[in-house]
Amino acid sequence: MADVTPKSVLTAPIFHNNPIALQILGICSALAVTTSLSVSLVMALAVIFVSSLSNLFVSSIRNHIPSSIRIIVQMTIIASLVIVVDQILKAFAYEMSKQLSVFVGLIITNCIVMGRAEGFAMSNTPGLSFLDGIGNGLGYGFVLMVVGFVRELFGSGSVFGFTVLQTVQDGGWYVANGLLLLPPSAFFIIGLMIWVMRSIDTDQVEENEFKMKGNTKPKEAV
Amino acid sequence: MAQGNNSIKKILIVAFALCIVCSVIVSTAAVALRPMQQFNQELDRKTNILNVAKLYEPGVNVEEAFRNEITARVVDMRTGEYTDQFDPDKFNHFEAASDPATGRTLSGDRDIAGLSRVENYSTVYLVGDSNNPDQIVLPIRGQGLWGLMRGFISVEGDGNTLISITYYEHSETPGLGAEVNNPRWQAKWEGKKIYDEEGDLMPEIQLSKSASGEYEVDALSGATLTSNGVTNMLQFWLSPEGFGEYLAKFRSGISQEEAQEADVELESEGA
Repeated sequence: MADVTPKSVLTAPIFHNNPIALQILGICSALAVTTSLSVSLVMALAVIFVSSLSNLFVSSIRNHIPSSIRIIVQMTIIASLVIVVDQILKAFAYEMSKQLSVFVGLIITNCIVMGRAEGFAMSNTPGLSFLDGIGNGLGYGFVLMVVGFVRELFGSGSVFGFTVLQTVQDGGWYVANGLLLLPPSAFFIIGLMIWVMRSIDTDQVEENEFKMKGNTKPKEAV
Repeated sequence: MAQGNNSIKKILIVAFALCIVCSVIVSTAAVALRPMQQFNQELDRKTNILNVAKLYEPGVNVEEAFRNEITARVVDMRTGEYTDQFDPDKFNHFEAASDPATGRTLSGDRDIAGLSRVENYSTVYLVGDSNNPDQIVLPIRGQGLWGLMRGFISVEGDGNTLISITYYEHSETPGLGAEVNNPRWQAKWEGKKIYDEEGDLMPEIQLSKSASGEYEVDALSGATLTSNGVTNMLQFWLSPEGFGEYLAKFRSGISQEEAQEADVELESEGA
């Protein structure tokens, strides 16, 4: 990102520089929590909260963080925020926190949060870092919502828990696609998303680092 | 980055200050939100009890339904008698199991559910008239594949016919072992029998790959170890180690003396 303006740090990560689709970070939780839209939404909100506030705090003390312990300092801040999110979810959305189970705790290891703290917040002002955190959280949330929408619609025939396609089990006509309820299906959906996004925004296509040689001519074995 | 940030003094100050600030934030959140979390857990437990008793429907007032329909009593599992020693609302199984006065250590082959310690008293939930209940809801727990599974089973007033089973806490594989909470699988338990007609206190109920007859329930496909765990914890909690004595009181055709004889036989078999 060449220009660092409040608008660009907030909006670029959503499509142009999406943390999941371009940087391929945070895939693990994107596979795990996207079986239903409501769970994806809560997870996206949790990540937005953690990444924006961790960016804010890391950035505000960035001039005092000794470089030898900077990673552990960032980690401590992120971990504290994640515990707070986990506690809040348990108090106000108990059912949801049961469904998210370990994945709220695993936000600590989400590379997006850590990557933004180390890559952006350590060298920018608190205000910009805060917006950057929100932007990256939104980018993560955008992918989660798309994947969650496809998986819930075709996997269980509903959107946000409301039945759209009546499944056979409930006496309807739609034979639910069981694969979409399993984590590997998110790989296919994210892969297709990356393809679509790179076709629209061709800047995202990387140069070939290695040129493949033309086929060598077959030689007879000696 | 400012000069001197990497001196040992500065490193220690930053690390220490950060730890203090973060721990204050974390503990404030934990302490301030605990009452709501406990309320939620309690609500969740009651919802599960209503659920296993097939009294739960979305939108129902859980607290009110629980108060109207269900009576909680503490049972001494060694005798099968009710006891008023504990308050059923406050009684905590896990504390009771670790307290030497109210729990005991299970040794080796008797510990089929993988519990190591078990309580002598347990809370049971009676649906309907508490002297002649329609249903009895019993707490069960035991090792599954990945960890402890905690749940409830509901038995009809005859002390022998199962109604349903549910787990409110487990860590089984999603899509395989976690299917223990699939309503379609739970529905298979209805009408199954725990004990055979011989009148002993050993439960016959088990999960089986090709379930037939009234003592077998379909195992979960792809989750053999979870299914074994469920079988083991049923075998444990419905045996005289668990609620065997208590349920025997509800079964017709078996008197207390017979139950005791059967118990003596079992002990001599074990010896």
